[in-house]
Amino acid sequence: MSVIGRVGDYFRNSQVWGSVFRHGVPRDRRTRAMAVLSNVFLHLHPVAVRKSGIRLSFTWCMGGLTFFLFLAETVTGVLLMFYYRPTVEYAYVDIQGLRAHVTLGLLREIHRWGAHAMVIAIWLHMLRVFLTGSYKPPREFNWGVGVILLVLTLLLSFTGYLLPWDQLAIWAITVGSNMARATPFLGHEGPGASLLQVAGVPLVTAGSDARFGLLAGTFVGPNALLRFYVLHCVFIPVVVTVLIAVHFWRIRKDGGISGPL
Amino acid sequence: MFEILANSGASLGERFRGLVNWLCAPEKFVSLATVGFILALVAYRKWTKPKVILTVTILFSIFYFGSMTDHNFFKIITKPDNVPITMLIFFTGFVTWLAFRQAAINDERTERGEPLLEAGSDDKVLVWPDLVYTELICLVLCTVFLIVWAIILKAPLEPPANPSVIPNPSKAPWYFLGLQELLVYFDPWIAGVLLPGLIIFGLVALPFIDKNPRGNGYYTLKERPFVISVYMFGWVIMWIVLIIVGTFLRGPNWNFFGPYEYWDSHRPVALLNINVSDVFWIVMPSKWNLPWKPGLPNQAALGGLVPAYIIREAPGLVLLGFYFFVMPVLLAKTAFKKIFSQLGMIRYVVFWILMSWMLLVPIKMVLRWLFNLKYFLAITEWFFNV
Ligand code: HEM
Repeated sequence: MSVIGRVGDYFRNSQVWGSVFRHGVPRDRRTRAMAVLSNVFLHLHPVAVRKSGIRLSFTWCMGGLTFFLFLAETVTGVLLMFYYRPTVEYAYVDIQGLRAHVTLGLLREIHRWGAHAMVIAIWLHMLRVFLTGSYKPPREFNWGVGVILLVLTLLLSFTGYLLPWDQLAIWAITVGSNMARATPFLGHEGPGASLLQVAGVPLVTAGSDARFGLLAGTFVGPNALLRFYVLHCVFIPVVVTVLIAVHFWRIRKDGGISGPL
Repeated sequence: MFEILANSGASLGERFRGLVNWLCAPEKFVSLATVGFILALVAYRKWTKPKVILTVTILFSIFYFGSMTDHNFFKIITKPDNVPITMLIFFTGFVTWLAFRQAAINDERTERGEPLLEAGSDDKVLVWPDLVYTELICLVLCTVFLIVWAIILKAPLEPPANPSVIPNPSKAPWYFLGLQELLVYFDPWIAGVLLPGLIIFGLVALPFIDKNPRGNGYYTLKERPFVISVYMFGWVIMWIVLIIVGTFLRGPNWNFFGPYEYWDSHRPVALLNINVSDVFWIVMPSKWNLPWKPGLPNQAALGGLVPAYIIREAPGLVLLGFYFFVMPVLLAKTAFKKIFSQLGMIRYVVFWILMSWMLLVPIKMVLRWLFNLKYFLAITEWFFNV
């Protein structure tokens, strides 16, 4: 046995190694099964899977990539939070500072391009699930969970777009959130809103409609910044995490990656 | 078109650019894309052959990246936030090919009675090492890709937010630009609220409306042609193509600009759109001898019981009423007979709500291009315009 092999075996037979990994070196069927079963992360998988299901040309690994991008966004996002304050005075300056002073300043780049990539990856994941007919029974529910994940992913991207507080940010968000003004009944320029009156006093105005609820104001200002920040960094990621857990759980419960019956 | 090509004063390059600019006007661009889309569905066994698709890809890449020699096109596709759209175009193209190639192979195999590509569903392999290593490789490649992207391209930062300086054009993030493009044709309550809501609802409802048990777990087109055509039309034409139009072809004031044109913010555009009510009450009686005089009705009828706007909009109401409520009944008896008997009443109603709105989008686009139609129904008093 080579020196490297012996050193490797020395470590793998040590008490420390044994306390971390509850199985031997994954070289035979039993230890390989154990490697997946006894690891909390790998245990998202079943022990054995259908061969056709994991062909790259079948899944394109797109669900996996979406998940990976979500993790990458979480890590870079947390790091970005060290440098960023969500107020009108500081937001822009902090981003500028991040550009100028932080060594190996790729954080913002990875976070931004990762977000774009995640949008593309989730669309393509959905396309493959559709084209393989994998939304059909028994996977209807998981497809529904997926649709909510899609909406949340887009909202994550959208809320994050505002945070640099530059011209690109506020005007893109202004254009987007102006739509809420036209929500039927709930937006002050939406159809039917003028019908909602009490004794001639309109209930739905610019100061009480759906857009106001979204922006915490009648324009994209400091309140909107804070609101988007909290949604972007806390609320939506937590919900997405929970739903991804449900999504993965259901993949297994529904019989694993789909295949012809 | 022929003037552009025959213009002898211009160089070959200018003539080519003129032609492309001309072809990219939204009505031609979307129509051409739709024709291409239909051909691609019909001939899916032909174009998915590796040789054909490789040739197409090479030609398209030469055209796309060759266009970067044009200053205006270069400026717009290298805008950092637009770079993902180039990726979207190529990745979507690639995976669509991959899917339809496998569908073509599978469909041929079933015709010959051979097993599917995905057959042997009982062959199991261990996750360690078969799956975890695939995942690891995907993960490493993706990381490398992301880091290279991050090194090459800096994240943009424009001047600080300033509520009093409105950029022209103001665009939403690229993944919503298809919806923003729809604002050309629909009011915000439809383009920005109703349609997105229906898309979400429709997607969730899809597994319950598509009762076809075949094609579950493998690529095929032949066994579920209708559902795939509808979905792919929505995804490719109504989503991706409109994103491309919204990003690359819309400039200041949301005017159309060809891919090689300079974004001139002072270009005047005459807008003369008319409503169905104008056509019925003004255009028709002034052209033909009809029993009513040209002019919009502005008097309430039946002693104020029927307000003037209802009379004014009666033609639109009848038209839309027919489309939303009578058409489904007629279709259920004719073209959609089989679908209706498969789905039953409730599912069929949901199906028609989704289908009718999805189809209303291209219908209205075509009517706008052909007749400058603005609204079928314009009850501006309530912000209720369709
Ligand atoms: C954060 C977003 C998402 C993540 C991380 C995710 C992750 C995954 C993963 C890893 C798989 C395993 C197979 C594969 O990679 O294709 C999967 C399967 C699946 N996904 Fe997603 N997904 C997401 C969003 C969606 C969306 C938007 C949809 C559809 C609307 C969807 C529907 C499904 C379905 C039905 C399956 C089971 C497919 C089968 O059994 O063949 N997911 N997902």
